[in-house]
Amino acid sequence: MISELFTLPVVVGIIASGIRIATSYLYAALGETFGQISGVLNLGVEGIMLVAAFAAYYVVHQTGNLMGGLLLAMLVGALMGLFMAFISVTLKAEQGISGIGLYLFGLGVSDVLFRVTIGTPLPINGFPNLQLPVLSSLPVLGPIFFNQNVLVYGAFLLVPVTWFVLNKTTLGLKIRAVGQTPEAADSLGISVAGVRYFTVTLGGALAGIAGASLSIAILNVFQSNLTSGQGFIAVALVYFGAWKPTRVMLGALLFSMVIALQLWIQTLGIPLPSDIAGMLPYVLTIVALVLAARQTITQPTALTKPFEREQ
Amino acid sequence: MTSQSLSSGNNRLRSISTMLGRINFIVVPLLAAILGLLVGAVIILLLGANPVEAYLAMAQGAFGTPNALADSLVKAGPLLFVGVGTCIAYRGGVINIGGEGQLVMGALSATTVALALPGLPGWLLIPLALIGGLIGGGVWAGIAGALKARFRVNEVLSTVMLNAIAVQLMNFLLRGVLIDPTELANAIRIPQTQRFPLAADLPRLVPTRLHLGIAIGVAVAILVYLLLWRTTVGYRIRAVGLNLFASRYAGINVNRYQVLAMTLSGALAGLGGAVEVLGVNHRLFTDGSATGFTGNAGFNGIVAALFGGLHPIGTLPAAFFFGALLVGANSLQRTVQVPSAFVTTLDGLVVIFVVASQRWSRRSAVTKAGAATAEQLGHTPTPPGPLVEAAAVPHDAGGPPDSAAPQEAGR
Repeated sequence: MISELFTLPVVVGIIASGIRIATSYLYAALGETFGQISGVLNLGVEGIMLVAAFAAYYVVHQTGNLMGGLLLAMLVGALMGLFMAFISVTLKAEQGISGIGLYLFGLGVSDVLFRVTIGTPLPINGFPNLQLPVLSSLPVLGPIFFNQNVLVYGAFLLVPVTWFVLNKTTLGLKIRAVGQTPEAADSLGISVAGVRYFTVTLGGALAGIAGASLSIAILNVFQSNLTSGQGFIAVALVYFGAWKPTRVMLGALLFSMVIALQLWIQTLGIPLPSDIAGMLPYVLTIVALVLAARQTITQPTALTKPFEREQ
Repeated sequence: MTSQSLSSGNNRLRSISTMLGRINFIVVPLLAAILGLLVGAVIILLLGANPVEAYLAMAQGAFGTPNALADSLVKAGPLLFVGVGTCIAYRGGVINIGGEGQLVMGALSATTVALALPGLPGWLLIPLALIGGLIGGGVWAGIAGALKARFRVNEVLSTVMLNAIAVQLMNFLLRGVLIDPTELANAIRIPQTQRFPLAADLPRLVPTRLHLGIAIGVAVAILVYLLLWRTTVGYRIRAVGLNLFASRYAGINVNRYQVLAMTLSGALAGLGGAVEVLGVNHRLFTDGSATGFTGNAGFNGIVAALFGGLHPIGTLPAAFFFGALLVGANSLQRTVQVPSAFVTTLDGLVVIFVVASQRWSRRSAVTKAGAATAEQLGHTPTPPGPLVEAAAVPHDAGGPPDSAAPQEAGR
């Protein structure tokens, strides 16, 4: 049965679902990258994803309007990001714990709202697969890369965009300056608080899309604790990716391929207990973190440190 | 100007302001919690229920009868163990988010001991099972501690991963080797162990569900207070948490004490898991979900510790408060039809408000103490907690190499 894993259709299937699964991690992790590079650790991504996933699901369930659902998810995410920014930048609260607070809040609110409004996990019609003309009929590559829904394409487009913004624009320079030497940035007239508000709110909006991608594009359903830890994994991916968008993408792909492999192992009936298979992605993440930490990483110097002007 | 150059008159001033600081540690979190409850009330209103009625129903459900009160205490148990463990970790400057996984591993270890030694009398079996819980949780947290010390792996991330792995391991064992043999004959095998031998049951204290585990929790909180503030080891743990670099400079093996703080905190969470299986259900079962066994106690325990000012004694009433909140949530669902998940929302709000408010309890205490400068606050990995209490404790005579720790003296 193991040999079945290595037939072409199965390999194509694994890679195609791996790419699809990577979507939510990519949005969340790239959003988190912005915040962390500016010096703010938002551990509440999971909570934001949950509330946004519900918001998108609710709109689509009620009206069928996919764009409306996506926009509401972004808005909800941005608002929760703004709230996190207020707590960590203005009130200078300890970021790890306030993130846990935001997670618990999101977990509870999304569950309560779901139970009060819809209650049962009814499937909906999410974003359909968008077959790119010509490209999607390519053998092997077609089904893997060019027969996905629009949010999947968006996630992978976001990688070069993030890289460009962070490395080639004045805004990116400011973001990095604020995360490395906030004192110097401040003395040059850059508003440390302003930049951090921007990045954390943007990260929130992207986490919102991440949540929506689950509920209205990939799983097309909502239930209590839908994300089951994805937001935390996304934060880990940022560390693993050493705050570089392309490496974050590689990490997300590696992680989601393992999940896809594990799902296919179940489907093919290979006798590996599902609970053991389910551990794999997490064990892999720890191994990846060990490997990532062995290199000399330039962690943003001011990460998790609130900025306090001298005197 | 540092406090070392201040005269004795200023020392008295400092002890008064320390006292003021202590009051702040109580008042500010309380105000923050009330604010959290007020925002919760708005949410209840939006859900179409009457907040006064809802909170009254919660209070009635949590304190209304002796049984309700006992249930609140029992529910507070795991929060107390995790919370007291959290105090050790945070005082040592490590962040342990792994209470969930450590509770599970402690429960699994205690379960294994209880099932493996069915013939033993209770006075022997119970301590052995509890020690099993300590070891299970301690090892699980120790992994994260060692990864941090050896490979510089961020402990927030590794503990979150270890949480997920622990739950999968529990599901695997409960569906496999640990499953109740009678379930094997059934068409649908419920993933649970057989009932433990009666000798493993924690004795009940009064004719309610209140069991010995809660008394153990109170004793552990007092012991941890003594450990942290009355022993050299505790002093070093706190020194490392207050200022990593100064501690290293003073010759403390920083890595060793951070691993120790992490392991101890996990061991206590593991003990909490053991107490929960031995005292409440007398068997381990899973619904497959991440929070099926723990009911989020691994996170709520952190909340309780924060609420208690990251002090083991403060964690006692805080754990009770949150235990009552959880028990009250059930009646919330019964009487005013607000889903019990609302209590998770409330938890989150209280955490956010309490953490956000620490700025005031911390700042007022620190500036009045006139010691720590804003610079120190900004650049040392300070645990989010009362820094001032360290100032009230003179250098222990037992640790000569440490008493040179300059930052400690400065406060």
